[in-house]
Amino acid sequence: MTLTRKTAAELASSIKSGEVSAVEVTRAHLDRIAEVDGPAESGVHAFLHVDTDSALAAAAVVDQKRADGDELGPLAGVPLALKDVITTADMPTTAGSKLLEGWRPPYDATITRRLREAGIVILGKTNLDEFAMGSSTENSAFGPSRNPWDLTRIPGGSGGGSAASLAAFEAPLAIGTDTGGSIRQPAAVTGTVGVKPTYGGVSRYGLIACASSLDQAGPCARTVLDAALLHSVIAGHDPNDSTSIDQPVPDIVAAARKGADGDLSGLRVGVVKELGGEGYQAGVEARFNDAVALLSKLGAEVVEVSCPHFAYALPAYYLILPSEVSSNLARFDAMRYGLRLGDDGTRSAEEVMSLTRGAGFGAEAKRRIMLGTYALSSGYYDAYYGQAQKVRTLVARDFDAAFAKADVLVSPTTPTTAFPIGEKVDDPLAMYKNDLCTIPSNLAGNASASFPCGLADEDGLPVGLHVMAPVLADDRLYRVGAAVEQAYAAQWGGTLLEQAPALDGRRGESATADRGVVS
Amino acid sequence: MTVTTALPTFDEAIAAFEPVMGMEVHVELGTATKMFCGCSTTFGAEPNSQVCPVCLGLPGSLPVVNRVAVESAIRIGLALNCSIAEWCRFARKNYFYPDMPKNFQVSQYDEPIAFDGWMDVTVDAETYRIGIERAHMEEDTGKSLHVGGATGRIHGASHSLLDYNRSGIPLIEIVTKPIEVPPAVAPAVARAYVTELRELIRALGVSEARMELGQLRCDANVSLRKAGDPYGTRTETKNVNSLRSVERAVTFEIRRQAAVLSDGGRIVQETRHWHEDTGETTSGRTKEEAEDYRYFPEPDLVPVAPSREWVDELRGTLPEPPAARRARLQAEWGFTDLEMRDVVNAGAVSLVSATVEAGAPAGGAKKWWLGEIARVANERGVALEDAGIAPADVARVEELIAAGALNDKLARQVVEGVLAGEGGPDVVVSARGLQLVNDDAALGTAVDEAIAAQPDVADKIRGGNLGAVGALIGAVMKATRGQADAKRARELILERLQP
Repeated sequence: MTLTRKTAAELASSIKSGEVSAVEVTRAHLDRIAEVDGPAESGVHAFLHVDTDSALAAAAVVDQKRADGDELGPLAGVPLALKDVITTADMPTTAGSKLLEGWRPPYDATITRRLREAGIVILGKTNLDEFAMGSSTENSAFGPSRNPWDLTRIPGGSGGGSAASLAAFEAPLAIGTDTGGSIRQPAAVTGTVGVKPTYGGVSRYGLIACASSLDQAGPCARTVLDAALLHSVIAGHDPNDSTSIDQPVPDIVAAARKGADGDLSGLRVGVVKELGGEGYQAGVEARFNDAVALLSKLGAEVVEVSCPHFAYALPAYYLILPSEVSSNLARFDAMRYGLRLGDDGTRSAEEVMSLTRGAGFGAEAKRRIMLGTYALSSGYYDAYYGQAQKVRTLVARDFDAAFAKADVLVSPTTPTTAFPIGEKVDDPLAMYKNDLCTIPSNLAGNASASFPCGLADEDGLPVGLHVMAPVLADDRLYRVGAAVEQAYAAQWGGTLLEQAPALDGRRGESATADRGVVS
Repeated sequence: MTVTTALPTFDEAIAAFEPVMGMEVHVELGTATKMFCGCSTTFGAEPNSQVCPVCLGLPGSLPVVNRVAVESAIRIGLALNCSIAEWCRFARKNYFYPDMPKNFQVSQYDEPIAFDGWMDVTVDAETYRIGIERAHMEEDTGKSLHVGGATGRIHGASHSLLDYNRSGIPLIEIVTKPIEVPPAVAPAVARAYVTELRELIRALGVSEARMELGQLRCDANVSLRKAGDPYGTRTETKNVNSLRSVERAVTFEIRRQAAVLSDGGRIVQETRHWHEDTGETTSGRTKEEAEDYRYFPEPDLVPVAPSREWVDELRGTLPEPPAARRARLQAEWGFTDLEMRDVVNAGAVSLVSATVEAGAPAGGAKKWWLGEIARVANERGVALEDAGIAPADVARVEELIAAGALNDKLARQVVEGVLAGEGGPDVVVSARGLQLVNDDAALGTAVDEAIAAQPDVADKIRGGNLGAVGALIGAVMKATRGQADAKRARELILERLQP
């Protein structure tokens, strides 16, 4: 098997045993990126920046450590794709925005530092919707990424670049950030694994904020164990982030290994009745129902739960998020860093700010800044932001009530499979509905994940199983995820991604028509 | 510019209207590090040398609350007899300004850490209780330096420079309830309030509260009304940065507003600038629309919930209240009310106290701080504590006087020398050769010369006219450049000219 097809756990073990060097592993992935990522107009376009030299140098350090007989971490030498909203002192960090094009932060995010300390090799920075706002990467100032299952379709968003890099075998690991589903929805539509940890479980220091109270970084991978290994590298308290949780991280790797036994007996699974029905693609519902049946077959007790306030989660989210966005994005004012337009000696600072922001922000960013500015305005605050915070409390209470009846909750991750690029760009509401199932967990701060659960009959595209666990019970996600993963592997004779079309030579054309449909 | 010729006098103004005041004082805390990051707060460093991703508001950076700043805020609140919140949050105050790196200021809005307190101030032996609305924590902004204009203001400047060293320095904003006192004393009460607050802040040790360094900044709100009417429209005069200016600015605003109202005009709610040189306020930002700061709870910070145990522990660290301390010191020093008031008004209570603690008599300490040192400080436009002499130096000078090593005239020269930066008292004495000449050999020669030079005067003395002795002492002093021990010189002259 080629190196790029291996899991992170396999690669780490091969590097540790000396079967292959970290440099060889890194080079294989860099070659794969060179092969399928470009050109930006028609390739996968998962990466905004690839740093060959620094990746090879980081890999060489791991090889040297091994040669010196030093202890290597469980993911040492494994390449990773980092979402370009997390700061790196040695690479540009753009957040997918023209405003930060070419900006080199003077500091590493806590996540970046922890990755480096673990010997993980950062290949480059992945594409995203501008400031992580979107569900398709079409809001990136640098052009969309494409879904490796079908290059005419979106890879999800905002972390479409990270998910696409995994599905295109450009990297075995990636970091995403999830404000309303930006890890889970791309995972679902690319047939990969994405976990949004409990809010505060992974440091936000160095994560360019979209909405501070909702943002959470997390692991993306092709297997549940790989995600767990990566999760344990980046998790844990950070004194630089006041909202980071100062408590021990649950043993997620052990949970992933235990889950792989395929025994879910004693586990109560709640199906959220409000997350399904009208607006959900038939193939998505079919695969979801299969997954529920599978959980039952694996020994879980399946119950139906009701979360009546989830219906208001989307509108509440679209008041809270833009409010925070309008404030968080105020700093992009051309004064200290990033884009500066019109500074010709004739204009005031205010005029330069205004010109720069007007030209620098994309349409979606502007839309959310305006919505948020309005929602926080005096006279409207109580009716909008204040009410939305109350809904947020009610959503959290729905979760509390549901978790009294079930250990985990399940739903489809997204109402539909990957849609064609361009289909929803002019219909923001349709775009927002992608996150119907994922948003409640951001509002409540609990842990959630998406795992591959098959292909929709009508289009042969991946469907995600959404699993939600209580705050700080991230380990339950891995137990459930690993159990279904091994059951599906037995059923499909491998991972879902093995059913994806080969990328080479089919760029830019729909691969759906001639692909065998597997359910 | 405001036309001042038409202004009524202060007495005319308050004959027609009652002033209502509200004071907003910002205190820069003397913490070693900033409000939300570990950067140093040292004043006067190279521009932009004390900055990091957090206080520059770089993308991705996050704030972490400085525990010492919270502690200082609670102690200030307790000293102002406030309730301390059991749970409160920071809020973002959103507005665009180049010296504000995030374009929002992290402050507190409807959940201040301390609220509902009071402080007593005394003016002309009358005590007035000033209600404290709230004391809250916030971060300072950077500083803009407008270059190329005549005034240093942004208007007319060719470009601006930004220094973010101040960005993120912890501030406590203390807001009074409306101050309603007899109109005649209103400006004096405003001044007394800021004076008393400054004393309190210093006694707490949370800030040096030096107004000339911007460590204590005062905004004065003033409105007028007819007796019995509801509150009138107020103006806010910003950055009134000396005690004297507080009194003058309030007085001016009362007169200005009285003129407008008497003419049938109305007061515009606005920010006004205080001009120290002309003694006037002028209209500042005239906002066509009201500022909307879109406050909302700061999502990057967790709530501050000081435990009651901690608050009680901090209550135990409060210093003696300034008024009680003054009463105690006045009794210890044996000062009259008038003498004590002079010391207080000069802002010299702590300096005199420290000088006394260093061994000087209270009267001597007061004489130096309110005399020679005040004169020099005033000439140089610096605060007393910056004049260049320490309480211990003053005590040493007093010690040398008591030991007979210096007379008053020489002592003044020693103090001058210390103030001029020539070194401590002993260094100045030996460098300038200011020892009192009282050894009989040296003095005897000068006495003999004086007698020889003025035989007629000598004769008068021999004849019993002791009043003439002064002329010879003068000559001896002149010959010794003032360093003779006058008492001993007199004795030697009389010995030689016995009848």
